[in-house]
Amino acid sequence: MSAPTTGSTPAASTGLDSAGTDSTGADSTSLAVRAAGVGKIFPTKTGDVVALTGVELTVAAGEFVSLIGPSGCGKSTLLRLIADLDSTSSGELQIFGKSAKQARIDQDYGIAFQQAGLLPWRTVAGNIELPLELHGVAKETRRARVAELASLVGLSDFVDRYPDQLSGGMQQRVAIARALAEQPRLLLMDEPFGALDEMTREYLQGELTRIAKDTGAAVVFVTHSIPEAVFLSDRVVVMSPRPGRITEILPTGLGDVRSESLRESPEYFERVTAVREALHGSPVERANER
Amino acid sequence: MTKSRAAALWGVVGVLAVLAVWELYKFAGPAEGLTVGAVEGENGSGFLLLPRTNDRAMPHIWDMVARLFQSTSGGSTPPLFVPVITAALTTLGIAAVGLVIGVVVGFVLGLLMQRFRLAEWGLLPWIVVSQTVPLIAFAPLVASIGSQIDRMGTPWPQWLSVAIIASYLSFFPVAVGVLRGLDAPDRIHLDLMRTYAVGYWQTLLRLRLPAAVPHLLPALRLGAASAVVGAVVAEVSIGMRGGIGRMLIQLAGQGSSDPAAPWGPTFGSIALGLVAAGTIALVGIGLKNYRRGEATA
Ligand SMILES: Nc1ncnc2c1ncn2[C@@H]1O[C@H](COP(=O)(O)OP(=O)(O)OP(=O)(O)O)[C@@H](O)[C@H]1O
Ligand SMILES: [Mg+2]
Repeated sequence: MSAPTTGSTPAASTGLDSAGTDSTGADSTSLAVRAAGVGKIFPTKTGDVVALTGVELTVAAGEFVSLIGPSGCGKSTLLRLIADLDSTSSGELQIFGKSAKQARIDQDYGIAFQQAGLLPWRTVAGNIELPLELHGVAKETRRARVAELASLVGLSDFVDRYPDQLSGGMQQRVAIARALAEQPRLLLMDEPFGALDEMTREYLQGELTRIAKDTGAAVVFVTHSIPEAVFLSDRVVVMSPRPGRITEILPTGLGDVRSESLRESPEYFERVTAVREALHGSPVERANER
Repeated sequence: MTKSRAAALWGVVGVLAVLAVWELYKFAGPAEGLTVGAVEGENGSGFLLLPRTNDRAMPHIWDMVARLFQSTSGGSTPPLFVPVITAALTTLGIAAVGLVIGVVVGFVLGLLMQRFRLAEWGLLPWIVVSQTVPLIAFAPLVASIGSQIDRMGTPWPQWLSVAIIASYLSFFPVAVGVLRGLDAPDRIHLDLMRTYAVGYWQTLLRLRLPAAVPHLLPALRLGAASAVVGAVVAEVSIGMRGGIGRMLIQLAGQGSSDPAAPWGPTFGSIALGLVAAGTIALVGIGLKNYRRGEATA
């Protein structure tokens, strides 16, 4: 695989320096996310909707955590709470030891939503550089960064196109590049690969784990795909609906290197089965395994 | 490209159809019209069902056009189209000033109403009510205030009153369009701006204004048309000389002896409307990247 390099960037080199000391200490500032008893209630006309209740979750700096669960179990809601797009109804939520609001103001995270959400009047390049532009990054730096990110998501030939000239999967890749633009130390991603074809999906999964390793970014990743969650994550958080809550947290223990050969390995299949059982709430017949 | 060519073609067909209907009715309709319930010997009584088609009431189209090239009022006066163009340009200038004032005022009001809900509640009803005040009641008021200011020492030319009255009509669609347009961005885009922790002004500049363009263009088109109509009507009602409105009234007064003449300034004011709409269309072409995803151009 010809991986486009981000090795020249400062954050990437620090990531490489600390690559050996991956398991970070558990003091509160080295935690990317700390949720204690977090609940979220949406008041509606027909009564209160309990979207989340009693969420206990920590994400260490540099850790990759997936959220998986049936539709409506509050995955997007949890992500929005972390991003300070909604506020918690109860409990305590800290991002890098700060309030979610402060973390947002400090630009501690990058986010990719469930929909691409590109600005239709901006080209691919214009969309990728939007956060850089808003935060006053110089034009030359921006151009270099856009070229780097566009090649990362395989859209180098499309930087001058407008979103309405792209397929849904291509739009989603632009959104991913935009989320990565400022090399955040926390990445929040809501089913970012949902609209992609299998080939691109597997390629970007590999790239994402590599980027997360290189930059030392923690990732909170929402997905509906069990294999994807297992392949990417250090831990898989299994959730269930009505009311939305965490039912189980499964460490994958698959090590740092996520290569294509991992997809064929027995440990991998074992973890997939474990997550599936946790999702279904009961052991799954081995014959059902793919 | 073929789409815009088809649109142009249909535009031409529409104009030709109007001309054809005019001439057809003139040919087939009764010369003195059709009046019901007229009392014998009493002039102007009864109810005119079908308009008259004699040359005084309905000149031939070719006569109207030919009249444009005959001298304005006999003798060595220049052909009619010269004063028509001069008057039209005068009115166009005044309408443009009115439009600019209207756009500025409309923008400020729209911005305020979008930013502060309280301002919307407080202002929007008044803005709507303002448009129900008839122009002929409002125009003399502006004119008399203007001449008072003038008398107190600050020069206040009559055309400024006309421009103010034109802006009074044109600010309304702009204010409403700005309000609607600035509220147009999708939730996901507003969320995105929030994640970037940028303030109101950056969000306005990078998101709300660009997203408002598809709402602003129709508003501007309406505003421009209103400014032209407002300027023409205001000229007449405050008696300003030099514009197309005044010229129209003057020539219409001589209509019985020179029936084709008032059609000169009529064409002139139609041309004004076209210029106004065309200018906004050009603005729209310049902003075409902000109209992506719009259903129809
Ligand atoms: N703004 C809101 N107002 C009212 N209810 C809401 C709101 N947002 C989410 N909910 C409710 O909260 C619950 C969780 O929604 P959420 O979008 O987090 O689910 P999800 O796990 O992301 O689902 P999916 O996998 O389909 O994206 C749902 O029952 C939803 O109806
Ligand atoms: Mg969701």
